[in-house]
Amino acid sequence: MSEAVTQPDRAAEKPPSVFNVGASLRQYGIFLALVLIIVLFQFLTDGRLLQPNNVTSLVQQNAYVLILAVGMLMVIVAGHIDLSVGSVVAAVGGVIGVLMIDYDWGTWITVLVALLIGGLIGAWQGFWVAYVGVPAFIVTLGGMMIFRGVALVLVGYTRSGFESDFIAISNSGVAGLTGFVGMLDAFTLIVGIIGILAVLFFSIRKRLALRKRNLDVEPSVLFWVKLVSLAAAIGLATYWIARSNLALPYVLIIVGAVVFAYAWLMGSTVFGRHVYAIGGNLAAAKLSGINTKKVNFWLFVNMGLLGGLAAIIVTSRAGAAAAAAGTGYELDVIAACFIGGAAVTGGIGRVSGAVIGALIMGVLNMGLSIMGVDPSWQQIIKGLVLTLAVAFDLINKSRSAGRAG
Amino acid sequence: MTDPILEMRGIGKTFGPVRALQDVTMTVMPGEIRAVCGENGAGKSTLMNVLSGLYPYGSYEGEIHYQGKETRFRSLRDSEAVGIVIIHQELGLSPYLSIAENIFLGNERSRMGVIDWRETNSRAKELLERVGLREKVETRVMDIGVGKQQLVEIAKALSKEVKLLILDEPTAALNDEDSAHLLGLMRQLREEGVTQILISHKLNEVMAIADNVTVIRDGAVVETLSNADDAEDKATEARIIRSMVGRPLDHRFPPREPEIGEELLRLEDWTVHHPEDPQRVIVDNASLSVRRGEIVGIAGLMGAGRTELAMSLFGHQYGSRISGKVIKDGKEIRTETVPRAIGHGLAYVSEDRKKYGLNLIAEIRHNISGASLGKISKRGVINKTTEDTVARDFRNKMRIRSSGIQQLAGNLSGGNQQKVSLSKWVFSDPDVLILDEPTRGIDVGAKYEIYEIINELAASGRGIIVISSELPELLGLCDRIYALSEGRITGQLPREEATQESLMELMTMEAAR
Ligand SMILES: Nc1ncnc2c1ncn2[C@@H]1O[C@H](COP(=O)(O)OP(=O)(O)OP(=O)(O)O)[C@@H](O)[C@H]1O
Ligand SMILES: [Mg+2]
Repeated sequence: MSEAVTQPDRAAEKPPSVFNVGASLRQYGIFLALVLIIVLFQFLTDGRLLQPNNVTSLVQQNAYVLILAVGMLMVIVAGHIDLSVGSVVAAVGGVIGVLMIDYDWGTWITVLVALLIGGLIGAWQGFWVAYVGVPAFIVTLGGMMIFRGVALVLVGYTRSGFESDFIAISNSGVAGLTGFVGMLDAFTLIVGIIGILAVLFFSIRKRLALRKRNLDVEPSVLFWVKLVSLAAAIGLATYWIARSNLALPYVLIIVGAVVFAYAWLMGSTVFGRHVYAIGGNLAAAKLSGINTKKVNFWLFVNMGLLGGLAAIIVTSRAGAAAAAAGTGYELDVIAACFIGGAAVTGGIGRVSGAVIGALIMGVLNMGLSIMGVDPSWQQIIKGLVLTLAVAFDLINKSRSAGRAG
Repeated sequence: MTDPILEMRGIGKTFGPVRALQDVTMTVMPGEIRAVCGENGAGKSTLMNVLSGLYPYGSYEGEIHYQGKETRFRSLRDSEAVGIVIIHQELGLSPYLSIAENIFLGNERSRMGVIDWRETNSRAKELLERVGLREKVETRVMDIGVGKQQLVEIAKALSKEVKLLILDEPTAALNDEDSAHLLGLMRQLREEGVTQILISHKLNEVMAIADNVTVIRDGAVVETLSNADDAEDKATEARIIRSMVGRPLDHRFPPREPEIGEELLRLEDWTVHHPEDPQRVIVDNASLSVRRGEIVGIAGLMGAGRTELAMSLFGHQYGSRISGKVIKDGKEIRTETVPRAIGHGLAYVSEDRKKYGLNLIAEIRHNISGASLGKISKRGVINKTTEDTVARDFRNKMRIRSSGIQQLAGNLSGGNQQKVSLSKWVFSDPDVLILDEPTRGIDVGAKYEIYEIINELAASGRGIIVISSELPELLGLCDRIYALSEGRITGQLPREEATQESLMELMTMEAAR
């Protein structure tokens, strides 16, 4: 070529664009893995996994993982870790036991105090991490010991015999609230239908908005397949739950509210953006004027608060406050986050991913239990799933040709 | 006629839907210095990554023949084994290791797995002498500046049996003196028979040293020009620019009518000590000022304390025992935290975009809004439509080459990352914008555009402080230039009086102690 041609505005002209392939594909990947695992266990347990009453108890038994995973995800995205969640659950559970059994406190005031104490524990840990600069790994390792010890001191013997109000939180549902349609609980059906409509409405609206803003949207086949299967999944779940004895469990309402609220917090607010920025490049975040100490502090306060909430749910579910409660929770929760695509180095991860990760752990727990698999083997299997999930992710990533540096 | 040492035939490379290279054919003769020029994002680094095996065989199209044989490198190690060494655009040193350890990283001087420190250090010393770096070999790499790190990189490459040396923008972070030194080194290596491929946006250097120049545009080779004096179609800067950009570029600096108003910011007796060694004075009693509508330059050699001055002013992000006054619009202000500094209308675009500028694993749009979320949110909730509009505006205005505003910043070419970093701070709408090496790694066409943006900001009454190692850039852009030497301001020259020589004299003036 000898004569150069004029190319006026090259930046405006855009090469064929595709939405952020990596990030979304991996979201589908784990979602698909969840579906596969469910189908597999449905098959292996001769259809017992998805019996109506098992579906509700799946939710009830795993509510704590879901709730803690949301808080943990935020902590991990910011580049920290929290090893103390299990002990915090035990300690706050201990407080609940002592207050309600020894001092006859009422349910609602106890719930409030439990949340408050969770938040205070978080503030304690957040102080060391954020303002003194002790690595979170160390602070929460310390916390793991401290709060386990506190639990042992508080509940030297197990407290049980809680008010029925309190027990109901994790063990009851809305059955019969607005009557039944045949065998199905009407209220649950209404919630399910509203849920499906909301999912359809918001997904389509978001897609249209992206289109209008000329942004990359996922290929339409993928979009519709995802949307229809999501709607079908909600529909199926609604059907099963509506047929179960409890109908919609209260905890599911709590979990749902927590998940939506935090997904929104991380995706749409300045605070959420700051969390991603801190985890992605701390030095750049500081130079951008982000008060990193404050963000870190509140992240841990929030984690403690959710720990308090988990303690309420766990204690209510067990009907007892024991010093050994919550043992090993941190492992399930951290595993859920990483299976759900969070990066060990921080900066990457989504609430929805952590939720799917937590569900995978939950379904594994439940399916293996129904099958009567020995608990030691359950551990081995869960460990393998975690390792393979993350390895698969990395292989995928390096194959799509990562750029050096 | 000798056989070529390297022949790349029909090389193509895609990243997902993005085509970065298309049918690139390039032949390099032994012992030549080949320059590769092209705009930001044209595909230069990608081509070199293909050549060096970073993108393994099978992930690209085409064939590579090296020393007469087809090669299929699967990793950097494979290519290093046959004498191809690449020095990446983005430095690849390990910050906590010493210079000597870095030089022999992956190639350790050892006996039966035990490091031979004497050999390591003495060989490292020789290599440092060869590249002209005066530092102790035990110094940790994080304690020396980017410029010196670049020299360590070159020493590292020399420690291997290199036959084909690829240098991706090696002088981007170097000042004139060190660049000249490096070019001398390259000439010396050419004498020794080392073939070299040089990627650079500094066309004067390319003209000074290259035997041939290959120009790439949009992932394809436009032409290869000879730089021999008797060549029929000899390479000239104007010619290279024309085929790089696709149109001729008449001026390097946009015209400007400065309208200088009142004093906006003044720094008085600013003194900064080293963060770890508080006895050491890094910035010594510096006083400077910038007026509305004025573009002020800071010239200085590497290590003179320019970046340290800027970063200590901006939220005390560097140094200890900082003293002095900052006066804005006639009132003393305090800037000891970044939010405070930003609140007072300051902005600082770092010279090190990877470390201090960008979140590489976040999307372009989120990087651009990163320092100004307050402007696009209400009660803590982000208005994403506004955010996208802003990002798209900047992408167009700055001509950021990307697949969209959702591309991850880490996947952009070096120059385009720089534009994102700049956009982020221009969007924060500061009164005083401090630019630290704003055009490092940026192509000639884009430089012009960035100068236009700087001029525009100045014309709207803001004060601009430009720190640059390129004296012609300061001379072409600034109304007034301060010279910094060993932490002291040794003088200032108005545009009319400043020349390279007069600045150089001030920059090298021994600070009277
Ligand atoms: N990992 C990746 N994923 C997606 N796109 C990429 C990736 N790596 C490079 N690209 C794209 O390939 C193109 C060429 O990039 P490359 O780094 O080779 O440019 P360059 O010529 O070296 O530019 P500069 O002068 O700015 O360094 C760019 O448009 C860039 O966005
Ligand atoms: Mg490059």
